[in-house]
Amino acid sequence: MKGSRIVFWLFLAPVLVWLLLLIVLPHMDLLIMSFRGENDYGDPVWTLQNYWNFFREPIYWLTFVRTALYSVITTALTLVIGLPVSFHIAKIARHKLQSTLSLLLLLPFWVSELVRIYGWMILLRESGVLNFFMLKLGIIKTPIEMLYNDATMIMGLVYTSMLFMVVPLISVMESLDDSLIEAAYDLGASRLVIWWDIIIPHCKPGISSGCIVVFMLALGNYLTPNLMGGKNSLWFTEQIYNQFIASFNWSQGSAFGFLLLLLSSLIIWVGLKLSRQKLGEVAS
Amino acid sequence: MDNDLSVRNLTKKFGDFTAVDNVSFDVPNGSFFSILGPSGCGKTTMLRMVAGFEEPSSGSIEIRGRDMLGVEPNKRPVNLVFQHLALFPMMTVAENIAFGLKRRKMAAGETAKRTETMLERVGLPGYGAKRIDQLSGGQKQRVAIARCLVLEPSVLLLDEPLGALDLKLREQMKVELKKLQAKVGTTFIYITHDQSEALVMSDRVAVMNRGRYEQVGTPQELYNEPATPFVARFVGENNAWAGSVSECDGKEVVIRTDGGFHFRCRAKGALRNGDRADLYLRPEAMRINPRETEGQNVFEVTVKTILFDGANSRLLTVTPDEQELLVTLPQNRKFDHIAPGDGITVGWHPEAGICFAEQEREGA
Amino acid sequence: MKKVIVLASLMLFAFAGVAQAAETLKLLTWKGYAPKALIDKFEKETGIKVEATYSNNEEMIAKLRATRGAGFDLAQPSQDRISSVQAKFKIYQPMDYSKIDADLFIPSMLDAVKKNTLVKGKSHAVPFCWGTSGLVVNSAKAPGASSYKDLLNEKYKGRVTYRLKRPTLIAMGFALGYNPFELYSDPKAYKMMLDKIEKTLIAAKPLVNNYYANGDAALASIRSEEVYVAMTWESIGWKAHADNKAIDYIAPKEGALGWIDTFAIPAKAENVDAAYKWINFILKPENAAYFSSQENVPTASKGANKFIKPEVAANFERSFPQEAIDNIKWYPPVPAKLESMEGKTLDRIKAAN
Repeated sequence: MKGSRIVFWLFLAPVLVWLLLLIVLPHMDLLIMSFRGENDYGDPVWTLQNYWNFFREPIYWLTFVRTALYSVITTALTLVIGLPVSFHIAKIARHKLQSTLSLLLLLPFWVSELVRIYGWMILLRESGVLNFFMLKLGIIKTPIEMLYNDATMIMGLVYTSMLFMVVPLISVMESLDDSLIEAAYDLGASRLVIWWDIIIPHCKPGISSGCIVVFMLALGNYLTPNLMGGKNSLWFTEQIYNQFIASFNWSQGSAFGFLLLLLSSLIIWVGLKLSRQKLGEVAS
Repeated sequence: MDNDLSVRNLTKKFGDFTAVDNVSFDVPNGSFFSILGPSGCGKTTMLRMVAGFEEPSSGSIEIRGRDMLGVEPNKRPVNLVFQHLALFPMMTVAENIAFGLKRRKMAAGETAKRTETMLERVGLPGYGAKRIDQLSGGQKQRVAIARCLVLEPSVLLLDEPLGALDLKLREQMKVELKKLQAKVGTTFIYITHDQSEALVMSDRVAVMNRGRYEQVGTPQELYNEPATPFVARFVGENNAWAGSVSECDGKEVVIRTDGGFHFRCRAKGALRNGDRADLYLRPEAMRINPRETEGQNVFEVTVKTILFDGANSRLLTVTPDEQELLVTLPQNRKFDHIAPGDGITVGWHPEAGICFAEQEREGA
Repeated sequence: MKKVIVLASLMLFAFAGVAQAAETLKLLTWKGYAPKALIDKFEKETGIKVEATYSNNEEMIAKLRATRGAGFDLAQPSQDRISSVQAKFKIYQPMDYSKIDADLFIPSMLDAVKKNTLVKGKSHAVPFCWGTSGLVVNSAKAPGASSYKDLLNEKYKGRVTYRLKRPTLIAMGFALGYNPFELYSDPKAYKMMLDKIEKTLIAAKPLVNNYYANGDAALASIRSEEVYVAMTWESIGWKAHADNKAIDYIAPKEGALGWIDTFAIPAKAENVDAAYKWINFILKPENAAYFSSQENVPTASKGANKFIKPEVAANFERSFPQEAIDNIKWYPPVPAKLESMEGKTLDRIKAAN
């Protein structure tokens, strides 16, 4: 009994060391840094100024609100597209096709996000592939600029996050008994009602975990908003980057980082409350 | 209109495989109709076509005179009780039952009233607020049926709903279902591979094999007058002998079994001298050590084992040519002296044995 | 068995030791600043291997700041980004000018860098190369564009690009008639200028095709003729000019913005000798000329001009007549406070609708 305890801790130790050294300690350092500032004489002091700046300066919290709002939109769109897609893969496609379709979903993730985004840019830009073909086919007279606007950016985010929504959805949908759907259909339910009353309640844990992952990914994304986004697409992560890299203000950057962590956790908490779920249920 | 359901020349093909092969039948109003057959005989496919989940390859389905072709399942006046019940786990009992009513846009008050009435009718008053996982197997069963009956369907379809229950409960539910059907008067179409379920509950039973109906009739007809060897084998227990016809006399024939017995019995279908034939004989048709042997088929067997099962007790015996034979052992204390190894005389009336021309083996 | 393993691991360590013993120079630099051919040549001459890490000003500072000046033997920050960073974070060590071959440098440029990197009485850098930000214009589509004001010109609506970084703010300052460099010492006046620039650039947003993220993106936009007027570096313009003669770099009327990239030695450099060797090596005229020919970037090497490829020399002569050179506005060192001010201005411009 005692021996197995020791073995347990022995196996756990590398994980704990990993967590401590690479996750806990750097975060502690950032946390401490976020409370550091300078007084008028340029001497370092403890201060809440960095956090206060976020709320006082509209540019900062507005950017956060914008980022959060767009992340929510991205999450909702990903869900709306992901539901039928995963339903098709989990329930309608034949077994052989199923794995092919899953593989197709996975395929874009074999290249880095940067390459994927550049791919979209080549496709959509004014002198890009799509415009070329539309001009050739005579659909349009002059090329259209499809890059650098919010819609394109959201599309890019949805594309980037789709897999993370579809995978948990497929796994919960596979556990849904087909006869429940047929029973509802038999009892007079329309397709919409079946989705709303049977499939979605059953898939709730998958939907929540998918949404959390997608929301966090969208909120923390840097490349897509920066490269595909428009001229107005200031993303909160970019502000953190700017604080660290362009303004050398690590304290402010750390404070923003923790605010991002706190506020996104808050949003997820509210989301779970609204859908009456517990985090434990979702994670299991 | 006398028939709730009438099916004409119904065929369903999956690729090269014919699941249902040109079947026609009628189900009269308010009757309990069963489709009995081994698994894979096409009975589930048949049911799913009536419910609307499968489209027939050809043929027609009419419910109360209305053609159902191309009508979606949610628009058909039939409801289906699923094999595994398919109760919605995310809803309470009352919500499950009210599900169909809500779809019909019924007012909330009326819905609640009907739900409670239906719960009372299936013997679960006050269970509305319970969750599905709080119910026992039998209670779930009743909720599943109530969920369909509350919609007052023209026809209620049941897909082996007793399959998952344990034996005792199954016996009990058989009786309850029969009583419930009599009470509500809805037409039930019940599919099962369990002949006892079909015989106990049904007004009429269709025996199905390899996509076709072998015979449709009352349970008594099926039991006493099987139309085909398959029905004889499948419905109730039967002993079978292979042999050939040695005498032919209109309705009666004499079979010489391969073991050398000569038995007089009834013939089904045309039989001529020398034809190969199979003889079917129910265990209860045989009398042990009969006093009266006049006009009966009488022969000697050796008792191998006693299969004691209360009122359903039987003797497993062997003829001298090693053919096994089940003989009913009446529990009237008269035969308590019989022990394994004993030789006994058995006799049966020629009316009790039925003989069919030998069929080609299954799958040939 | 055990012995074999021990022996094997010992040998492995020994080899690792040998590999370590071969001298290396860890260079933190910009893409293209250490051409492969020169690295090979340097290794042949000195036996020192060069490990180059590519970066930009901001990341260079961030990297060195994170390690407090360790991990690299030689860095190449721009001269205007050294003194304030050094005063605050102390990530460089003073340059030992006795180890530098001063004859290799254009004297005026060496003196300017020395003066601009002076912190606590010691200088911290020597010049390597220089260049400018100005306009790249497609003269077939936008004839006559020659001022930073053309970045705000309605005529080129949707056909303009610039980077949303500080050079653009400086250029706009000049375009609006300020001299931003003179305002460096007066934060209040500088702030007023920034506010004016902010308004101007927000108003000009509809004219902009996109704020490009890096040189490659700018080059792609110019080459594909999606934009006609860009504010960017001369090397971009000259690359585009090679394919399309209508496109060229123009030193704007207000003056091109001149930058000098330097060599500075991080505070905790391990191989300082190698660092000096590399500086003296790469500034030799033939080596500097090789780099210039490759990258279209002029250097601080005194005798390099006669070794430069003629077409590169031609680029230079076309874009920089004498008066343009005289008019170059060289970046003075940036006071630290200004950058956070500029950061907010840039954020607000990007966020505005």
